Amino acid sequence: MKTFPEFIKLDVGIYIDIFVKWLLHNFNWFFDPVKEFMLWILLSVESFLLWLPWWIVILLMFLAGWRVKRLYTGILFAVLVFAIGSFGLWVDMMSTLAIVLVSVLISLIIGLPIGILMSYNDRVAVVFKPILDAMQTMPSFVYLIPAMMLFNLGKVPAVFATIIYSIPPVIRLTDLGIRSVPKEMVEAAQSFGSSYWQTLFKVQLPQSLPSIMTGVNQTTMMALAMVVIASMVGAKGLGMEVLIAINRIDIARGFNAGFSIVILAIIIDRLSQGIADRYKIPDK
Amino acid sequence: MYSMTTKLKIENLTKVFGRNPKSVMKKIRNGISKEAILKETGHTVGIYDVSLEVKKGEIFVIMGLSGSGKSTLIRCLNMLNIPTEGKIFIDGENIVEYNKVKLREFRQKKVAMVFQHFGLFTHRTILKNVEYGLEVRGIPKEERQKIATNNLLIVGLEGYENQYPRQLSGGMRQRVGLARALANDPDILLMDEPFSALDPLIRRDMQLELLDIQSKLKKTIVFITHDVNEAFKLGDRVAVMKDGVIQQIGTPEEILENPASDYISNFVQDVDKSRILQAKNIMFFPSSLVFLKDGPLVAMKEMERSGISSVFVVDNDRKLHGLVTVDDAINAVKERKPLKEILIKNYETVDPDTYIQELIPMTTSSRYPIAVLDHNDKLLGIIPRVSVLSALI
Ligand SMILES: Nc1ncnc2c1ncn2[C@@H]1O[C@H](COP(=O)(O)OP(=O)(O)OP(=O)(O)O)[C@@H](O)[C@H]1O
Ligand SMILES: [Mg+2]
Repeated sequence: MKTFPEFIKLDVGIYIDIFVKWLLHNFNWFFDPVKEFMLWILLSVESFLLWLPWWIVILLMFLAGWRVKRLYTGILFAVLVFAIGSFGLWVDMMSTLAIVLVSVLISLIIGLPIGILMSYNDRVAVVFKPILDAMQTMPSFVYLIPAMMLFNLGKVPAVFATIIYSIPPVIRLTDLGIRSVPKEMVEAAQSFGSSYWQTLFKVQLPQSLPSIMTGVNQTTMMALAMVVIASMVGAKGLGMEVLIAINRIDIARGFNAGFSIVILAIIIDRLSQGIADRYKIPDK
Repeated sequence: MYSMTTKLKIENLTKVFGRNPKSVMKKIRNGISKEAILKETGHTVGIYDVSLEVKKGEIFVIMGLSGSGKSTLIRCLNMLNIPTEGKIFIDGENIVEYNKVKLREFRQKKVAMVFQHFGLFTHRTILKNVEYGLEVRGIPKEERQKIATNNLLIVGLEGYENQYPRQLSGGMRQRVGLARALANDPDILLMDEPFSALDPLIRRDMQLELLDIQSKLKKTIVFITHDVNEAFKLGDRVAVMKDGVIQQIGTPEEILENPASDYISNFVQDVDKSRILQAKNIMFFPSSLVFLKDGPLVAMKEMERSGISSVFVVDNDRKLHGLVTVDDAINAVKERKPLKEILIKNYETVDPDTYIQELIPMTTSSRYPIAVLDHNDKLLGIIPRVSVLSALI
């Protein structure tokens, strides 16, 4: 009497399963070229990053830290990146970085227009809000399964899963940013006969840039967090190192990779935060 | 003063806010009150059946308490509010029927709005703010910078081109708002409580400056305020609104002297009348006058008949020559002097456009009535000292 009656059975997962299989069956012509294209971009970015001489990378890190924050930050960044190299994880770092960069880029390309649409149309917003909530609360491992089914193993499903996991903040904060532009300002733009595009590009987007940049920062951080998990589908990089260390119960190896990820996170966070701060409009 | 052609004509304009505005029109026509309609249907009647005409070059002020529908009305004039019913003719074209393209063109060329809280673009410099309307129209960069710089000069903000709105004080920000509106060289300027957010001193400066700019540019201005003194100071004509309806339209003097309802009398109670009323509004034609050709005896009889102690003396063209007192007239009759020799001139003369404010000190400096003269010294009327003070009550 205490247990839930067994004859009542509902399987929601099966519908996702059917949906993904249906996608696979009917849209193979679509997924194959997408996969090829993503792979091509990924490899280009990765080989570019690896083509850069190590000391140039460290110099660039120094300059970036210095420009965006201050001299001390630049020195810190250079030292930290140097440390990753000395752990013997330089190549893994670049693989991870490539996945993060490409994921964030694609997230922006998809996320910005969706955010804009949501802010313009309440119905679109009502549809997307629960989807975004679900996307963010769903355990991230779960995305790996459909990603694998659609794109097999390797880097591409990793990017796919990373995008799904990390895209919500940029969508949400674009929507929020545009919605919180003062009404009088938008009306002023309209009263001068601006078209929708002019109002969007000359007023609404510049006004919501600080909010959007915060979204970009969060999306980037989430992408980095997902990269470890995404290595389970076979994407090489720092995550893969962690995974191997777990399997072998190799504490040293695990923490080397772990620290490297922390270092990347700190650098990426401070850099994107610093850039976001530049777009702040004080006392709006 | 201004040419009398109609620039803007509103006919039976109604604006209802809510899901299905047209559906409540019948109820409104049947005389059901705003409150009842809001309760029953959830629709707000912003304005109802407003008709008015604004002439070219005129400053037309719309005045009323908060919630009376002023903003609703002015926002219809550039279609930020889409009217539920009625017509708005500007230069003879009904703008309510404009399609998107025509509406944009209309907004770009014919009207510009100045907002209560300025509505400046905080991410743009002052110059780029003023350029905005020109930029939207696709005017080349150098040209629009030139126009914008020039308009900043007009509002007295040269040198602030590269600052951001946040770096300016409230009064300066609204100057930017004004410059931005003027830069487009619109025929019609819509100003929704543009000075309400400013403190009183700055506000007065801005009012004077607006009048100054207007005397040069001769725009047609629709100006909204809830302050009677501002309304009467700026308005060539004033419309008073209450509960979405216009209660009275007229010149400030007309409204002051003949308020159409208690609501309006209440409103005009705290008007500083001395700044609104002019000599011509309170003068009257003297019941007795003496002509230069008459003798002192006639003058004496005339004063006796009217029971007054002094009388103005004019010639056949009613040109004022002086004043005779009753004592002088009696003496002159005894001594057989002509009228000319006993005329005195220590009375005050003013022209008909003088404000009462300026008459007040004259009432203490002279014992005689004030004479109102035109530029040929023709006597138009007189103002006894007591009238000056009683006009202010
Ligand atoms: N967008 C809107 N939606 C619903 N009701 C509105 C809207 N705008 C105005 N109203 C209502 O219309 C009526 C007239 O408002 P309006 O803003 O025109 O008044 P106002 O005379 O400008 O007042 P104030 O001096 O406070 O600015 C009010 O009852 C107001 O609540
Ligand atoms: Mg208002």
